[in-house]
Amino acid sequence: MDVSQYLEIFIDETKEHLQSLNEHLLILEKEPDNENTINEIFRAAHSLKGMAGTMGYKRMQRLTHDMENVFSEVRGGNMKVSSELVDILFRGLDALENYLANILESTEEGTEDNEDIINALNNILKGGVGGSQETETKVATNTATANIVAQATKDDKHKYKNIKLEEHEINAIKKANDMGLNVVGLTVYIQESCVLKGARAFMVNRTLEEHGEIIKLDPSAQDLEDENYDLDYSAFVITKDTPEILAKAAANVSEVKEVVADIYQLSEVDKAIVTASNEAMKKQKAKSGKVPTAKKSVKQVVNRSVRVDIGKLDVLMNLVSELIIAKNGLISVSSESDIMLDSAYHEQIEYLERITTNLHESVMKTRMVPIESVVNRFPRMIRDLTKKLNKNMELYMTGEDTELDRTVIDEIGDPLMHLLRNAADHGLESNEEREKVGKNPVGSIFLDAYQEGNNVVIEVRDDGAGINVDKIRNKAIDKGSITEEQAERMSDKDIIDLLFQPSFSTAEEVSDVSGRGVGLDVVKTKIEALGGEIEAKTKLGEGTNFIIRLPLTLAIIQALMVNIGTEKYALPLGSIQTVENILISSIKKAQGKEVINLRGNIIPIIHLNQILDCEKLEVAEEEDANELLVVIVKKGERYAGIVVDKLIGQQEIVIKSIGKYIKCPKIISGATILGNGEVALILDVNTLV
Amino acid sequence: MVEEAKQYIIVKLGEDPYGIEIKYIESIIVMQKITRVPKAQSYFKGVINLRGEIVPVLSLRKKLGFDEVEDTHATRIIIVRLEEQGAAIGIIVDEVKEVISLAGSDISKLNYDDKNDKATYSLGIGKFGDHLINILNISAMAEQDKQN
Repeated sequence: MDVSQYLEIFIDETKEHLQSLNEHLLILEKEPDNENTINEIFRAAHSLKGMAGTMGYKRMQRLTHDMENVFSEVRGGNMKVSSELVDILFRGLDALENYLANILESTEEGTEDNEDIINALNNILKGGVGGSQETETKVATNTATANIVAQATKDDKHKYKNIKLEEHEINAIKKANDMGLNVVGLTVYIQESCVLKGARAFMVNRTLEEHGEIIKLDPSAQDLEDENYDLDYSAFVITKDTPEILAKAAANVSEVKEVVADIYQLSEVDKAIVTASNEAMKKQKAKSGKVPTAKKSVKQVVNRSVRVDIGKLDVLMNLVSELIIAKNGLISVSSESDIMLDSAYHEQIEYLERITTNLHESVMKTRMVPIESVVNRFPRMIRDLTKKLNKNMELYMTGEDTELDRTVIDEIGDPLMHLLRNAADHGLESNEEREKVGKNPVGSIFLDAYQEGNNVVIEVRDDGAGINVDKIRNKAIDKGSITEEQAERMSDKDIIDLLFQPSFSTAEEVSDVSGRGVGLDVVKTKIEALGGEIEAKTKLGEGTNFIIRLPLTLAIIQALMVNIGTEKYALPLGSIQTVENILISSIKKAQGKEVINLRGNIIPIIHLNQILDCEKLEVAEEEDANELLVVIVKKGERYAGIVVDKLIGQQEIVIKSIGKYIKCPKIISGATILGNGEVALILDVNTLV
Repeated sequence: MVEEAKQYIIVKLGEDPYGIEIKYIESIIVMQKITRVPKAQSYFKGVINLRGEIVPVLSLRKKLGFDEVEDTHATRIIIVRLEEQGAAIGIIVDEVKEVISLAGSDISKLNYDDKNDKATYSLGIGKFGDHLINILNISAMAEQDKQN
């Protein structure tokens, strides 16, 4: 069987299963008796084994098989969940992840057998079931399961008979009986080798729907679609045809092993319930005058979803960008001619503008991914760190459903991991130290994500010792990063910002968890590359908080277009506070810098034309020689006033990269194409603050 | 040694002919409005909009250390792309003349001299009829500016 076409699905689903195993193992360690969790683990391991087997990844299959045996023992209550057991299982998961990584790279699983893990698993099995031989255990479990299957096939093939029906379903069956229609119960068995069980179930159901109406599925349609079922499921169909016809039609779908079907008879109890409820319904009918139809409540509204290649979404996004540029072009052409006087034309342009904005929003939304996909691996990481650092700690996460653009999601994982490691290693004190100062010996790390205006904020917080500002100050002086004089003048905040400078680590000892001095500056660079910013807040003895702010969207933003000299520049609207007219006479000098006093805030003035070497605009000087146009921008707590020559207006702009060949200063964050086809540079005013 | 002939586009700076291998060239466009990029390398004139793509443009005259001249109706921007999916780069030349074929044997290599920029930019001197053509090493020119 050629399975290459399933490779992508296999990789995606394996990732999901591994993630689910990771998460549930963590839960299991805390709640060893949680039945749902162990069932969930068992199911994921089982699917994983099946898929690996189908794809011909023998080593992967073998390892999952042995892990599954352990899970099976735990499920059967023959084995206690211990920390060592979980450790070995986690090692197994890591090995599986390595297999997956190999498959991703070369479509081959590699040659690592992971014998040690398999041996460890088997040893546990031996110990867990009381010293019996490994092979025996295996055979025993195997025969046990085989027996169950055999039994099931003998007595219980018509599984639908044991399903408990809801009242409205019984009602519908009764009605169908009254109308002379057949109610057929079916149980569909799918082949073990089936790769896409969800799709198979869907096809079977569609076939059944050609013959009648499905009134119940067990498991539910949603679960079937998500493949949350073993190898069989049951359905009830109201039809004119006989059970045999239905069974044959369903069995014709490929990869279906067997279908059993029969007329479904209501038990007397059921009938009684229905009569009773019918009475009640009649009363209600008399009251409200309308009957709730059974059909409506039975048909499930399924949230259909499609996996889309990321590349296709990128293409779509580019096309939307092009469309917005074209729209801007149309507006700029029409504003130069008399055509704008035509109100019908004007209306159409506005209509177009609305559509492009909505289209942009919709496409953006499709690209949005919950941050969960990044942060869900962190609980596992913290568990590992707990062991490695010998420090008890807990990770509390909120806002995992906060959404971010996919490109940001891809990049944000490493910086967050860095910060968490930092918090665990340097932020939190050792358990003994914590106890000494009267804190809960178990340290806490918080990861909070939430949306704030046009930004997504992610906070990584710990309740550890906090940053000792004086220590950093001294270290910085020792290292020669700052002079003593400078150190005197710097505020605590400025000192903390030093942490983000390259090769600045305060940890006295270098550990392999963190503290190589390549931490925070890398984090900062990465986040700034994503158009975001990071700041640190700390309180000695109470903990440290790293706050990351990221823009919601990357590709298209609202900007204020301004003239500086003869050139046009775009200032992202997000960082702009206000625009002010400032009298030149009100500008003061402080420490050689120009500042203004704006409603109590002392704000430094920055002349962009000097920074950007722009030519002076002659005309502007004549017009308003005694006033300056100042754009006030804010970054964190700090303000700056940026002098521009003329405001052009607000515009939706598409951010384009300026490429790697041309060297440009930090302040230029990209370029955009204006309506008339000209290029304008985008200024990242945050770098000036 | 017989090498297969390659095609070159002959461009001119003043009276001097230069050759650019045709496989790198995506298109040749007329002069456009160039948006200046502050603090960039002096030979980069800025960026242009090439069908929705932002493309940096450099002056070949400045890159090779010549004085700049006023643009004329013959001034062209040659769009080169070194890798198929890579970024494009625009090169301003005074004039585009013709396409010629040169065999490897028609080109004599210059002695490599890493102190001399202009030598690194040259792949050799091509002999075409009575003319001597300086074949430009476009990838060396671009690589130098590439940033990580």
